[in-house]
This record gives sequence, C-alpha cells and structure tokens, in this order.
Amino acid sequence: MSAKTLYDKLWDSHVVRQDADGTALIYIDRQLVHEVTSPQAFEGLKLAQRKPWRTASMLAVPDHNVPTTNRAAGIADPISRLQVETLDANCAEYGVVEFKMNDIRQGIVHVIGPEQGATLPGMTVVCGDSHTSTHGAFAALAHGIGTSEVEHVMATQCLVAKKSKAMLVKVDGALGKGVTAKDIALAVIGKIGTAGGTGYAIEFAGSAIRGLSMEGRMTLCNMAIEAGARAGMVACDDTTIEYVKGRPFAPQGENWDKAVAYWKTLHSDAGAKFDATVELAAAQIKPQVTWGTSPEMVTDIDGCVPDPASAPDAVKRGDWERALAYMGLKANTPITEITIDKVFIGSCTNGRIEDMRAAAAVAKGKKVAANVKLAMVVPGSGLVKAQAEQEGLDKILVAAGFEWRDPGCSMCLAMNDDRLEPGERCAATSNRNFEGRQGQGGRTHLVSPAMAAAAAIAGHFVDVSKE
Amino acid sequence: MRKFSLLDGLVVPLDRANVDTDAIIPKQFLKSIKRSGFGPNAFDEWRYLDHGEPGMDNSKRIPNQGFVLNQPRYQGAQILLARENFGCGSSREHAPWALEDYGFRVIIAPSYADIFFNNCFKNGLLPIKLDADKVDALFKAVAAKDGYKLKVDLEQQTITAPDGTVYQFEVDAFRKHCLLNGLDDIGLTLQHVDEIKAFEVKHKAAQPWLFA
Ligand code: SF4
Repeated sequence: MSAKTLYDKLWDSHVVRQDADGTALIYIDRQLVHEVTSPQAFEGLKLAQRKPWRTASMLAVPDHNVPTTNRAAGIADPISRLQVETLDANCAEYGVVEFKMNDIRQGIVHVIGPEQGATLPGMTVVCGDSHTSTHGAFAALAHGIGTSEVEHVMATQCLVAKKSKAMLVKVDGALGKGVTAKDIALAVIGKIGTAGGTGYAIEFAGSAIRGLSMEGRMTLCNMAIEAGARAGMVACDDTTIEYVKGRPFAPQGENWDKAVAYWKTLHSDAGAKFDATVELAAAQIKPQVTWGTSPEMVTDIDGCVPDPASAPDAVKRGDWERALAYMGLKANTPITEITIDKVFIGSCTNGRIEDMRAAAAVAKGKKVAANVKLAMVVPGSGLVKAQAEQEGLDKILVAAGFEWRDPGCSMCLAMNDDRLEPGERCAATSNRNFEGRQGQGGRTHLVSPAMAAAAAIAGHFVDVSKE
Repeated sequence: MRKFSLLDGLVVPLDRANVDTDAIIPKQFLKSIKRSGFGPNAFDEWRYLDHGEPGMDNSKRIPNQGFVLNQPRYQGAQILLARENFGCGSSREHAPWALEDYGFRVIIAPSYADIFFNNCFKNGLLPIKLDADKVDALFKAVAAKDGYKLKVDLEQQTITAPDGTVYQFEVDAFRKHCLLNGLDDIGLTLQHVDEIKAFEVKHKAAQPWLFA
C-alpha cells in the first residue's frame, strides 16, 4: 500500500460513495451547531418534514449573540434574543444536546467541542462556521460549511464533497521568546496569502508544531481558513491523547484503549506525497502584527507599515492604499509607534486557558495605559473562565485594569454589544481584521494574547520578545 | 432551488480583491432567522453612508454615491464582476442569499474562497472562474461601454461578450446538473440511503466509541 497523508487517511475512512468525477458522500461524525447559521437549516428540515439522521452526533451552543456582562438579565437586543431562543426551541424539539447560555459549559463552539471531548481524533467534524478548521488540531477532518450543508448533514449525516489537494506546512526548530502559535499562523498567512491555501487541506507539521500544546495547535488550525484552506490539521501524538483523556464525551474503558490504538495511526506516513509544501524556520518567526484589512497584511513587530508604492502589482497597490486609508495609517510608520484605543483578548483563536495565562503573565503588577479606553478579556467558555479564576488570573487582570467578561464570541465579530466605534483602533487576539469586523469603521490589528496584553500596558504595540 | 440556464445580464464591476463575506453582508444582519430579505443590505457598509441595522427602512438611508452599485448605469445588474479571492472569510450563507436577493445570478472572478463558492451553487447563483487576464479585459470593457451586458449559457459553459468574443468556462458536472434542473441536494443524497446505512454499520464496528 502506498504511503498516505493524514488527510488521505481521514478522507478514505469516511467515504460512503464516490462518483467517477470525484464527487463523494462523506460521512460526518460530529456536527456542532450555533444560533447564527442553524435556524434556516432547522426550518428547511421542518418544511421538508425530515428528521435529523442522528441527533447524538450533534452538540449545540449559543455563542455569537450572547452578552458578556450581566447575563442574568438576559439578552437585551430582541433580534439577538430571538435567534438564541430559536436555537433553544429547535434543540428541544429535536432532542439535540445544547449547553444553554447560563450553563457553565457554554462557550464558543470551537472551544467547547474539544473541551468536552466532543471533538476526537479521526473524526469528521462540521459546523456552520468557517473556523471549524480549529478541530483539525486533533487529527480530525474538520471544516466549515454553509447553512444548506448544515441542513444536508442534519438530514443525511453526509456531506457532498470533493477531495481537496494536500499542503504540508512544515515549521521546524525552536520558537523564540514571546513567539506563539498565533505568530506562526500569521507568519504562514503572510507568506502564502489569504488565498494561498484555497483548494487545499493543510497539515501543519515539524518539530515546532509537535512542541505546541493542544491550545497552540488549535490556534494554528483555527487560522487555516484565513490562509484560504477549509481544513487544517495536526497529526495525533501523546499531547493529543493526553488532552482528550477523561473528558466528558471521550471514550472510556475498553473503548478508550481501542481508540488510542487507532488514533496512533493518524499521521502522514513517511514518504507520503503532498501537492504543495511550505517551510518556515521557527527561529526566524517574530511576534506578528497585522497593519491592514486582511490577515495577509501582516508584518514583524519590528517592521513598518508598508508603502503601497512598493506593492507587487496594481491590484495590490489599490488594496494597500484602501487598507491604509481605512486603518488611518501612513506608509513607513514603525509598528511600535501605533497607539491603540481598545484591546480584545478572546475568541475561538485565543480564548483558551493558555491564552488567559499568557495575558495575565504580561499584565501582572502593571496597569493598562491611560490612552486605552477599554481592555477586555473574554474567556472562550464558562469552564475556561472557572479555571482561570481558580488560578487567580482574573484578579491579576482586573488589578491591571482589564475587564473580565463572560464567555462568547464578543468583540471578535461584534454581534452583541461589544464593539469598536468608528475610527477606534484595537489590538485583538481574534482572527479577522476585515473592514467593519469589530464594528463599523473599527480598526483591528491581529496579535497574540501576550502582544495584546503588552500593547494594553504600553498603549501602543511593543515587542514582547524584548520585554 | 431556483434553476439557472441562460442569462443576458447587465454587468457591474467591483474592482477590489479579497472581498470578504463581512463586506458582502455585515454581521448585524445575520441575526435574522430567515433566508430572504438580505438584498437591500448587500454590501451595506459600502453602499450607505449611515450605519445600517436590521429593520431599518433602507429607502430613507443615505446612499454612498461613490460606490459602484449605486451608480445609475449599473442599476438592475445581474452579473457581478470581481477580483481574486472573492467571498473570503466566514461560512455565512447569508452572503450568497444577499447577492441573490439583490438580483445577481452570476459572479465572474479569477478565484473564490472555497466555502463561499460552494454556498453559491446551493442558491441558484453561478460563480464563474475566468483567468485573471480575461477578467481584467472584462473590467476594461465594462468601463468603456454604458449598459455593458454579457450572455451566460450554462449548458454550453460560455460567456459571450457584445463584440462576439466567447469565453469558455469550467463547471463541475454535478453542480451544473443541479443548477440546470434546480435540484435539491438532500433529495439526491437520500437516494443513497442504503449505502449510508451500510457505511454506518461498518463505521460503528470499526470505531464504536463514535456511537457511544
Ligand atoms: S470567536 Fe469569532 S471567529 Fe470564532 S466562532 Fe465566534 S465569531 Fe466566529
């Protein structure tokens, strides 16, 4: 048998049928559901008088619209409230397990799946959300789907798909001080562009990736979609298995041993062929900061805002000029001279316990700068919040002047009340710096949690590797 | 799903790369639990000068006259001409819903984000990939002539320009079939119920913990 990539193994083990032109039906093991992309799918199911194929494969949670303060008062915005209530009603009607807004297990869908052990190695995982790529950190085939596909998976347990090409992103060596998975992700996107991974499933490998915790691997796979790849993945190893062990939805007893034996095969074989390979040296990656309105508009912390005159072509020059105008930045400004108004630490990219620890480590004993109007930390789930509080991280952060909030997507996309005002500049640990993403006219700079916390303290971007 | 076969439609050029789904339909409109009615808010932040919220009367808002979709010559456009990596970002199907509801039936661009591309086909919207130099030529042609229209023929997989130039395009056979006939994906998949059930039995035997 020829050498297989991890992607080949995951794909092959889920093909129900395949047509001559490669169009396949892929069996789906886990469907995660949130309030924004599911109502029309449930409605479609109802209209066609269909039932979900296997409700036990589904896990639902409201995350995008939930408030991050005073949750006991409920959701003030009636339209947001209706969307969350619609999810509650649909889950009740079809018997889908849901962690409701006031359940301690509630959180961002991509944080709670792994946290509960609902995401397991070898699975196919889908969700009506592009950052479903996050779950690939567990050697799972995970990708975002549209609402029509959400309905399709509910009704048939399958997805119509064609196999992607395979890309290997190899990062070897040791990461420098203050350099994190977030910086690897941004550096990769800076290198290949936001469309560089389009049509590919990316496997992240190399010693620097193996050295990452599961949290770090999730951060990395989370951003595979920002490189254009629907799926990102990392091979299963002891770090993966240790993380999964004992979680509520994880297998137990005899099943556990059987599962582990299988999971250990979930890696690319020696000599497996990839359609494209990208290599980065970990030692050369510096803390990253985006300067524009696309994640590929990124540079090293010791770099400058680029000059559109030096853009490679006319289309790019136009994009850069528009980005600088939107961001209110001048060409050649050193990144460290950019001052900020707000700080957002959280999201499915960086809302896990390790991220809370990284922010607290930087903030300890310091104060948020006077020019920073709001520095908020939003844990990715109720359980992350509880864990952080047990470790005293909330006290450190609050003492430094950060706000400590309730879990949800929050200012990552500002569907709830947390948002930027026009012209406000934010250091954010989320994954998208698109125009208006964090509020109309808001200006987002993507960074790691340590970089965001350091910017909050200094009032402008600083190089955490030199602190 | 709405069928698509032939279109002779007015073209509007949107000359920027990496147009993301947040731009196509801003998040505040994602709170709707419906599938329709997103058209008036397609490209909301570019189209209007004031901030839009769901439920507003859009006819009373301040249009951004500088935005291409608002120019009189492009009113009624059904074909959107765009640049690289169109539809990047989130998986929100609200993006194709908004474009379709606005009146678009065809998008022409050098490349698309995967999820968006996929979502279009589920909503009777045909995203066509053409080489960047051909797209560039179309941008120039549209700018040069008021009322510039293109004829799109899905059966033949051709785009015909007013000067008679014919551009051939690729489209996945299965997607073409569904679009031409307005077929519901779910119905098609359910024709394979026995195969799905047989797979499930085998899968359960191999990985019983997935079904615990
Ligand atoms: S945290 Fe942001 S990116 Fe992640 S699921 Fe929520 S809105 Fe999407």
